[in-house]
Amino acid sequence: MSKIFHVMYDDDAKVMTAAGKLVGQGIRVKDVYSPFPIHGIDPVIGIKRTRLAICSFMYAMTGTSLALLGMWYFMIQDWPMNIGGKPSFTLLENVTAFIPVTFEFSVLCGAHGMAITYLLRNGTLPGMPASNPDPRTTDDKFVVEITTDNNSMSAEELEAAIRATDLLELSIKDA
Amino acid sequence: MEFKFEGRLKLVTQVLMAVGVLALVGGFLTDHSDHHQRFWANLLINGFFYFTMALAALFFYALQYATESGWSAVLKRWFEALWGFLPWGAAVIVIVLVAGKLHLHHLYHWMDHSLYHEYMVEHGDHFHYVDEIEEGAVLNPNYDHVIAGKAAYFADWFFWLRTAVYIGTFLIFARLFRKWSLQEDEAPNLDLHYKQYRRGALFLVFFAVFSSTLAWDWIMSIDTHWFSTLFGWYVFSGMWVSFMIFTNLSMLWLRSKGYFQEVNESHMHDLGKWMFAISMLWSYLWLSQFLLIWYSNIPEEVTYYMSRVLGDYKVPFMLMFFINFAVPFYTLIARDAKRNPRFVIPVGILIFIAHFVDVYLLVIPGTMFDHNHFGFFEVGLFLGFLGLFMNRTFATLAKAPLISKNHPMLQESIELQY
Repeated sequence: MSKIFHVMYDDDAKVMTAAGKLVGQGIRVKDVYSPFPIHGIDPVIGIKRTRLAICSFMYAMTGTSLALLGMWYFMIQDWPMNIGGKPSFTLLENVTAFIPVTFEFSVLCGAHGMAITYLLRNGTLPGMPASNPDPRTTDDKFVVEITTDNNSMSAEELEAAIRATDLLELSIKDA
Repeated sequence: MEFKFEGRLKLVTQVLMAVGVLALVGGFLTDHSDHHQRFWANLLINGFFYFTMALAALFFYALQYATESGWSAVLKRWFEALWGFLPWGAAVIVIVLVAGKLHLHHLYHWMDHSLYHEYMVEHGDHFHYVDEIEEGAVLNPNYDHVIAGKAAYFADWFFWLRTAVYIGTFLIFARLFRKWSLQEDEAPNLDLHYKQYRRGALFLVFFAVFSSTLAWDWIMSIDTHWFSTLFGWYVFSGMWVSFMIFTNLSMLWLRSKGYFQEVNESHMHDLGKWMFAISMLWSYLWLSQFLLIWYSNIPEEVTYYMSRVLGDYKVPFMLMFFINFAVPFYTLIARDAKRNPRFVIPVGILIFIAHFVDVYLLVIPGTMFDHNHFGFFEVGLFLGFLGLFMNRTFATLAKAPLISKNHPMLQESIELQY
């Protein structure tokens, strides 16, 4: 019978110590639920580096291209505009004027794209069902999730190792 | 741990200084421009570039105290070391200004007294300038209406008072901060820390004004007819990023030699972030100044950019902007790149030189016009000043323990983990 352990801690430093200790004994931690990002926990529990920054860069570059393409079409191609005596009718010679809008649109696309990707990937878009094991992890408690499925130890051995850490509560559920 | 300023490092700085002296003498003798204009212009460029780098260290130190920042406590002594160059840089700037007032060169057009008076009366072999028409007075062909309107600001007493107040303020604050920092080493003293916190904030008030006005007085006044409110911030962001690059590269070197072992990867990452962020600040201000002037296209404003964007300086000016913006943006944006010396060192050296070219192009187009030469003299003087700057910095660094004791946030800084 496979089991899920939800180990609750009341301090992020305790989570770090406990996770380091458990991983040191060869136990694989499935996930950590925390009300805020804990710096440095990712390499400890073996979570891969986020690729969100790469996504953000691609969204921002999309924004840059779209903004320049749009302004080229509106201001140069479709209806050439002479503003402030600069009737050169080429994108390159007018590009300085388009920089602020390009910059803003890049930020807009980068930020929105990144936020939506983040929410989608985490399954936390508005209206989605909560996936954290305990509502208190959105307030001031921290939960470490360990399963027997991806550990070679037996449930009893795992429980003994977990109990040896500075925990607040332990709930064991059948998977 | 104590730093010893000796061996190869000392030799390198001395060789660089010798190169600088050779360039200085050789440059003066071979400079055939009017009144050794090229010689003085380069002296001003180098003096200003390195002086403001040391000044940025003072600013950054005060900023760390005023914001009660913990991460930088282990770097405190390094910032203090950079102030070792402050009196030297100030001396070079004052020498150039005094030489200008003595009419040994003509970097500052406004130092010409004949510009300010509408009429002149002949007195033997020279002219006596007057503001009101009088017996025997003729129109002064040199009279410049725009510069005459700035007479109050460029009045001798006011100009020298400002220069003295800037330099005096910086030197006094640097001295006091250093004194308190060494005093703190003797015994834990929280009152002293809060004193530095308050004095740091006070310094920022002075610096906020002086960083702008010193750039107007010493650099912007070269193009006397032209003005830009943003100029001071632009120069300020330039000095800040040069200082950050120098700090980052020096820390990499010092750590590889076994010094500053308390400075960990996270500190280096933070320094990389500063390098990246202030490069963006600089680019933002460059564009903000350029964009508005380019867009409005008013004759009195575009003069400054005519020579830089259309004239002889087009290539270095645009290339300098491209390097200072695009290179750090695309190479240092990633987290791993900021932590990787293989990225930081070449990019740092490249944009350090490009920021020197930035200061070079603040001065040269308005002083050498289209008769400029770039040769061994410029390179030699740059290296010479780099040698002097490093020599003073590392000599000051050797005078105190590398890590200050009893800073209340020292432990937080040592354990910095991001």
